[in-house]
Amino acid sequence: MPTLHRLDTQEGLDHRIDHVRGVVPAPVRPAPRRLGAVLGAVAVATVLLLWLGLDLHLGLAVTGAFLLYLALTYVGFRVAAGARVATDRLMRGLLYGAFVVALLPLCSLLWTVVTLGGARVVNPDFLLQTMNGVTGLHDQATQQQGQLFIGGAYHAIVGTLLITGAATLISVPVGLLTAIYLVEYAGRSRLAHVIRFFVDVMTGIPSIVAGLFAFALWAVVFGIGTKDGMAGAVALSVLMIPTVVRNSEEMLRIVPNELREASLALGVPKWRTIVRVVLPTAASGLASGVTLAIARVIGETAPLLVAVGYARALNTNLLEGPMNTLAVYAYYMFTKPLSPAYRDPSIERAWAAALLLVLVVVALNLSARLIARFFAPTKR
Amino acid sequence: MSMTSDRGARPGRRRTVRRPGDITFHGAALASGLTILAILAGVAIFLVVEAAPVLTADPEELTAGGFGRYVLPLIAGTVIASVIAMVVATPVAVGIALFISHYAHRRVGTSVGFVVDLLAAVPSVVFGMWGWQVLAPRMVPLYRWLEANLGFIPVFGSASSTGRTLMTASLVLAVMILPIITSVSREVFLQTPRLHEEAALALGATKWEMIRTAVLPFGMPGVIGGTMLGLGRALGETMAVAIILSPGVFTWVLIDSGNSTIPAEIALNFPEASGLRLSELIGAGLVLFLITLAVNLLARWVVARRADFSGAN
Repeated sequence: MPTLHRLDTQEGLDHRIDHVRGVVPAPVRPAPRRLGAVLGAVAVATVLLLWLGLDLHLGLAVTGAFLLYLALTYVGFRVAAGARVATDRLMRGLLYGAFVVALLPLCSLLWTVVTLGGARVVNPDFLLQTMNGVTGLHDQATQQQGQLFIGGAYHAIVGTLLITGAATLISVPVGLLTAIYLVEYAGRSRLAHVIRFFVDVMTGIPSIVAGLFAFALWAVVFGIGTKDGMAGAVALSVLMIPTVVRNSEEMLRIVPNELREASLALGVPKWRTIVRVVLPTAASGLASGVTLAIARVIGETAPLLVAVGYARALNTNLLEGPMNTLAVYAYYMFTKPLSPAYRDPSIERAWAAALLLVLVVVALNLSARLIARFFAPTKR
Repeated sequence: MSMTSDRGARPGRRRTVRRPGDITFHGAALASGLTILAILAGVAIFLVVEAAPVLTADPEELTAGGFGRYVLPLIAGTVIASVIAMVVATPVAVGIALFISHYAHRRVGTSVGFVVDLLAAVPSVVFGMWGWQVLAPRMVPLYRWLEANLGFIPVFGSASSTGRTLMTASLVLAVMILPIITSVSREVFLQTPRLHEEAALALGATKWEMIRTAVLPFGMPGVIGGTMLGLGRALGETMAVAIILSPGVFTWVLIDSGNSTIPAEIALNFPEASGLRLSELIGAGLVLFLITLAVNLLARWVVARRADFSGAN
């Protein structure tokens, strides 16, 4: 931002002249049309030469070619069209580069999960067996003598569904009612400001702290060291409620006021207006928001590790004893293989569970989008 | 929206007719709002209650001979890892946000936005496994090179042979906080007043000059806020660090094993902990809670300041 300077002193005048020199743009000439294409071709050729010709690592070859491309772009356009165009082109190249850099880890991650976990996930045994009674000796036999692979994630799948389900049952009423309070009742009152502020604060709670909270709460209420599924559900709720409130509030806010006013004018009580007019209008948005909130917590590991513990057998009782969930299952299989010397079967189970989780999360995200798109209220 | 038309006629009665259904519903909604306040207060209170034994205990019984000496290196590790992640992620995230908002075709931009959201949805344990198995081994040659050529800088003093270092963990954290910085920045860039952009272009600015003079100054508070939110996320991120890092005592060397972060320390030691050790870990969690709280409040404050400013447009 240019600042104003006094013109009646010599110093101020100097500043001002400096400014004017800066503002007058350097001349720009039209660049030859093919220059960009030629430089792109050079870059591709460099990659091929470095990768195939000099047998360099592909990543290194691409990085080198990209840097060369940036340098050539700058120099080329500087000569052909002037410094300003050259900078423009250079920044464009960098921005496209940023985009590619962001895609790389995602592609690598998806590829890894699918190739390492794919074979096991499609196997019904993996989906229907628990780890009850499976020991390192079984893994050793599988890896050494090719014996039948046993041990799956059935208990973890059931645990994930139960704990996430319970968390949803806690979070949705609390979150939705809070959103209704904020939008329909509180308006601009001080309490509304306070609640909104603390919902924001809650969004930032680290997931492991939510787990510690549930653990500490259970320790005070039921005695130290009590771990069960319900504690996990409470921990997940702490993470889920702010998301539900935020999404629902946004959805309720876009319901047109005319609808509320029309209903109230007909003498409908306010609560029935909310239940029969406002909520149905916003239903698709609310459903999609809840789905996104579920997707956010279903892959949580840390809070469940702390509050629920780890179980090898199926446990369907949320109020008694440790349970297992997919994320925790993957973590334990990966970091503490059943048999430290014969890790492969455990690692394979971990990646299968990871793939299952990723599939669930992607499916939830997609369905949230589809719900929002197809069940949206018609505009007119 | 209350019906107060009878106010003038009967100044004594200001209340509208309230049906039992209304009272119950209003009460339930209000109670939920208060529940949220109660939960947040509960988080603070129960953590303090469970961590309290540490403060009164004999320092000799604690892990490092005192809670401060135990938690300070962990705070240092947490902050170093998060700051590296933030520094790496921010330029890339701003680049993607600009790409989506000003360079890509609209349809391409939306699908890129979806892909970035997808990146945000991948569970952290999967990131951790990926970092351990894919990224860490690939970082080893780079670490060797850094040790050989830049080893005189303490940070690159000695290289790990597994790649399971704080630097690798920080890079994975960077990938994980990329989406949040991107989405906040994209939102503010898209809100840049059209007239500012067109005025810049009409004065003969190139596209980059337009972005530098119109889009970036307008969006800067939003970018800073998004970055702080990303920092908050990185500070509290547990599983990726717990899996990737092979932890140890604090060291300035970032490309060798060693160091730890508060969340990773808790996740790795909590399942086997009991007694005073448990309180110690919960106390560390409380410290983490306070740090993230401060960072998040700062971020909200920066973003809110921008909201006031943009209201003038």
